[in-house]
Amino acid sequence: MVIVGAGECGARAAFALRENGYDGPVTLIGDEPHHPYERPPLSKDVLTADEPPAPKWVGLPERFAALKIDCITGMAALAIDRQAKTVRLAGGSSISYEKLLIATGAMPRRLSLAPEASGRIAYLRSFADAQRLRDHLRPGNHIVVIGGGFIGLELAASARKRGAAVTVIEAQPRILMRGVPEEIAEVVADRHRAEDVRLFCGRGLQEISEQGRRLLVRLADGEKIEADCALIGVGAQPVTTLAESAGLALDNGIAVDATLKTSDPDIHAAGDCCSFPLAIYGGRRVRLESWRNAQDQGTLAARNMLGADEPISAVPWFWSDQHDLTLQVAGLAEGAANVVRRDLGEGAFILFHLAADGRLIAASGIGRGNAVAKDIRLAEMLIAKGARPLPDQLATPDVRLKTLLAA
Amino acid sequence: MSNWIEACAADDIEEEDVIRFDHAGRTFAIYRSPDDEYFATDGLCTHEQVHLADGLVMDDIIECPKHNGRFNYKTGAARGAPVCVNLRTYPVKVDSGKVFIEIG
Repeated sequence: MVIVGAGECGARAAFALRENGYDGPVTLIGDEPHHPYERPPLSKDVLTADEPPAPKWVGLPERFAALKIDCITGMAALAIDRQAKTVRLAGGSSISYEKLLIATGAMPRRLSLAPEASGRIAYLRSFADAQRLRDHLRPGNHIVVIGGGFIGLELAASARKRGAAVTVIEAQPRILMRGVPEEIAEVVADRHRAEDVRLFCGRGLQEISEQGRRLLVRLADGEKIEADCALIGVGAQPVTTLAESAGLALDNGIAVDATLKTSDPDIHAAGDCCSFPLAIYGGRRVRLESWRNAQDQGTLAARNMLGADEPISAVPWFWSDQHDLTLQVAGLAEGAANVVRRDLGEGAFILFHLAADGRLIAASGIGRGNAVAKDIRLAEMLIAKGARPLPDQLATPDVRLKTLLAA
Repeated sequence: MSNWIEACAADDIEEEDVIRFDHAGRTFAIYRSPDDEYFATDGLCTHEQVHLADGLVMDDIIECPKHNGRFNYKTGAARGAPVCVNLRTYPVKVDSGKVFIEIG
């Protein structure tokens, strides 16, 4: 069993192969110098801690050794030979597989309007990126964040925490256009403004250029903003080069079926790099960029590499931490016919999104700390069940969601 | 030497639920199982120091509110990614409608 990509997904798959009783050889290949580590802290604690922290490990070398997983770091996989069933590595050697998992993740989308090689333009994907970025976040520096999505806003919050001045530039009319209802985005925006983050929404970017030791950010409407550093968070692209050169089918990422199988039955793909049909949403093809999805699919891919042939059943779920707020979303809200609000006190609330037939299809919540976590988790289970909870009950905080689950 | 501490009233906790209990600079989670037994563990998840009392209790599992790490709260055993370090558990007794835990 060979796994290309040693992030959250690849590492979980390797562990899951062992947990499911496979005792043959397992090789996990990653192109970063580190063993697998968790990426969520990269936009938060890794940036805000007083002392530069170490990566938060998914597994240390000892755990891989104990499980007899050969974890090869700092090694790019160059090509897949599907006839010979081998993967050629950058070191010149090849490794043969019986089943292959591609878990190569996604990379930040590059911004063509910014100089490619500048040390003042930062993208965030790896621990090394976060370490470089840290140095810019200090009092006296002005940071421009391009993109008001999750990465951009988490970076803005972290930069403020470190004392830097922050301006966020978002071309869309509001922040968090993708996947977050306006009512919740407004709470997030207010919180950022209260922390003195300048939010420029509906403002297109013209160009970023270096001017001596600073950056000049020009907006489409003519405004010029000087900055010490620009953090770019304008989305991510699936890493599909290996799959593409091997002739595997692509469709907004590596196209897999409901069991994560690619167009080659001996090759699976999982995590940010693949798109898959989601049965609970009528087989709609989606690609998710989230930590939980990487874990769930890594684990499922491992079982299916061993022949389980199980379809994806997980409900999409993600969270974001910004300042003292946590936002959690379960499900996909697109196509909702009805939205019901449930207030949980202290400003925390959840929006339930119901389809025309009454089925709960998504729940989005925001509040301080973990105020919405329990109810979002229960909503996730209601969504998975295809439940049709009554709007009145959802809107009434005294009605425990757990009781609806039992119904 | 035993050190039983009164934590809460038995009916402060709903069935199949959990509350937080802080004592002497430490934080604990106290559970009432679906079959009406009481249990106690350390209050913070072993993954990222999140209060488990904000999490969901289902049967004998407590799920961390932040990243869904799971533990069996009766034994403290870690039961799923991302957690791999077990939770410490503490003896519990119920006396005259009050819940006591032994924090030793």
